[in-house]
Amino acid sequence: MVNPHWLARNKGLLILLPSLLLTAIFVYGFIGTSFFFSLTNWRTLAVDLSLRNPLWETYTDMLAMPRFQADLRNTLVFTVLFIGLAVGTGLGLAILLDRQIAGKGFFRSAFLFPYALSFIVTGVVWRWIFNPETGINLFFDILGINRVLESAGMSPLSPGWTTDPEVVLSVNQVLAHAWPGGATFQIEWGIPVALIPIAIAATWQLSGFVMAMYLGGLGGISKQVRDAARIDGAGEFRMYRSVIIPMLTPITISTAIILLHVSLKIFDLVFAMSGVGPGFATDVPAIFVFEMMFKAARYNLGAAASIVMLVASCLVIVPYLVHTFRSRET
Amino acid sequence: MRILKFLPILLLAACQGTSNQTGAEKQIEVFTWWTSGSEATALETVLDAYRVAYPEVDLINASVAGGGGSAARPILQTRLLGGNPPDSWQTHHGAELMEYYVNPDYVASLRDLYEAEGWYDLFSPALIDMVSRDGEPYLVILNLHRSNTLWYNKPLLAEHGVVIEDSLSFEELLGIAESLQRANIPAMCMGDTGIWATGIMFENTLVGTIGPERYLGLWNGTVSFTDPAVMAAIENYGRLLDYQNTDHAALSWDQAAEKLGDGYCAFYSMGDWVYGELIQNGLEENVDFGWVAHPGSEGTFLLVTDGFTLAKNAPNPTEATDLLRTMGDRVVQEDFNLLKGSICARTDCDRSRFGPYLQWSMDRYAEDVAVPTVIHGSAAPPAFQQALNDALTNFVVQRDPQAFAETLAREARAAGFGQ
Repeated sequence: MVNPHWLARNKGLLILLPSLLLTAIFVYGFIGTSFFFSLTNWRTLAVDLSLRNPLWETYTDMLAMPRFQADLRNTLVFTVLFIGLAVGTGLGLAILLDRQIAGKGFFRSAFLFPYALSFIVTGVVWRWIFNPETGINLFFDILGINRVLESAGMSPLSPGWTTDPEVVLSVNQVLAHAWPGGATFQIEWGIPVALIPIAIAATWQLSGFVMAMYLGGLGGISKQVRDAARIDGAGEFRMYRSVIIPMLTPITISTAIILLHVSLKIFDLVFAMSGVGPGFATDVPAIFVFEMMFKAARYNLGAAASIVMLVASCLVIVPYLVHTFRSRET
Repeated sequence: MRILKFLPILLLAACQGTSNQTGAEKQIEVFTWWTSGSEATALETVLDAYRVAYPEVDLINASVAGGGGSAARPILQTRLLGGNPPDSWQTHHGAELMEYYVNPDYVASLRDLYEAEGWYDLFSPALIDMVSRDGEPYLVILNLHRSNTLWYNKPLLAEHGVVIEDSLSFEELLGIAESLQRANIPAMCMGDTGIWATGIMFENTLVGTIGPERYLGLWNGTVSFTDPAVMAAIENYGRLLDYQNTDHAALSWDQAAEKLGDGYCAFYSMGDWVYGELIQNGLEENVDFGWVAHPGSEGTFLLVTDGFTLAKNAPNPTEATDLLRTMGDRVVQEDFNLLKGSICARTDCDRSRFGPYLQWSMDRYAEDVAVPTVIHGSAAPPAFQQALNDALTNFVVQRDPQAFAETLAREARAAGFGQ
């Protein structure tokens, strides 16, 4: 018989044990396996688990691929665009709703609604909207904007949206000066124009979620604080800029972290909306992983790219978790 | 003990399970990516022929949608790695068959079937060679597509005073393209949301510029991708890109075929699956559209095939072999190909059942040198195929022939066949 005292003492551990075991196998075990695969020679459908020599060659090969360099650039640009737009829009909506306008409940649901859709649905819808032949470009004709432009001797407005291969604001020159290795980049480091529509679609989907986060935060700011600010002579704009928004900083940080891991792992929205895009203008690491694993059967390369994605997420999430645990302890 | 209550049922089910394997009611599963309109109908005629001949077998059509098998292959890969293969599945001949399925030992030899049916005399030796390793055939080919055909809108060209004879040189094509450009008509139709579509134009231009011998040399390592002739082919391909419709990146290959039919653009360098598309849109061959070998590639037949395998550990090998036997049947191949818009793999099909284009294609197949397609996976391993797609994605935007050629040469070495 098991000692009842031992049972009582280790009750917590026993209850946790099944989920600990499952996590150990299905999360950490599989991460470990993927990492191992990324070091092997497994690059056809026939399983080959011999280690590569030199060991890290899959990683060095991958980092030298123009496509993967473009993926890293796109992730960075998309993250900045998307988080900037989503946090800005969400905060704006939250402030508008917080000002007790008529129909608050209706608008709150309306803004939150896109969040309930899957990224695939969003991607398909916005693919139509940004189709250069049939999408919003037609409005430039209908609204007469193009007629005005033409009469002024300018060419009509018809952006290619996700089909535009251009990369603007390239910083390759600067990089080449700042760092001797900078000249070896095979891609343009700048903002791929085709990523902008994707950031807009992602913002449309997630700004409602950001708004809900901020509404929660705004609800927690007592009326006295606002009254005090007004007594001190702050106008409405000044009150938000100097009092309310700084008080919402913890919300902003949590929101940004949540959005960040959405943008680092994004796959479905991009896949449905534009695929890899012209000249990899909208390719992301997750699509790279999928194509290398299942189209090219280069299992080691796909595994290596997924490990890079994991590390990128960890770089963001781990400091945040450490910070949260510390602040809870104190 | 609730389980006891269910035990008799479980036992019964178990007995039935074993009796199934020896009894009459058998199941076989065939895995394809033919799910769209004409493809699905064509496949059904084959499956129906089997169902009529073998009524006691329950044939399951496990098709997964997605052009060229892009979505089906991941699922098949997972099933093969997991030891749960379908009895038979679709694949292209050449490298795709060998690298994906023969090397890892997933497929069984079909030599006995070929011998029993006399197929060694009924399929061309070149074709049998393409599906065999060490004298063992591993695939039954159902149909042949020609990839290097240049389609054109006949009325549109006539309007601009252009009449095309039996062949067209690259310079003539450029000349026509130049004069069409002055009339604001893009000469080359393109829809490359799937990058393989521009890949077809690339491989057609490649084989048209360097010829079949050097083209074959690329895949056996005797010719390098940095060879001056290949560089010239890349330059030629780049010149064609200059004349394509500006919205090519927003269109799919079949939308581009529709644009060709509408007279929005003049030429389309594409495999003859376009033929089925044009016919389906109500166009008449030789009246609304015409065709010619892609410039320079006269005498070469860039071959795209679809065939079916027998799984090594097929759950029901006898029944699966019967399915492959049905697929090799002459009438079944005729019925199938009439619907699919391709020609028989067998050499004894009744040509009077086919229209002018398909008869032309049969004649070309009989006389031309057949070479494997790289875009549809026959010429090179899948890793190289992906690398070529990626290099094309970059080239279409950056237009750097040197970087393109060097990437291909490097990837060919990495894939183990290049110099």
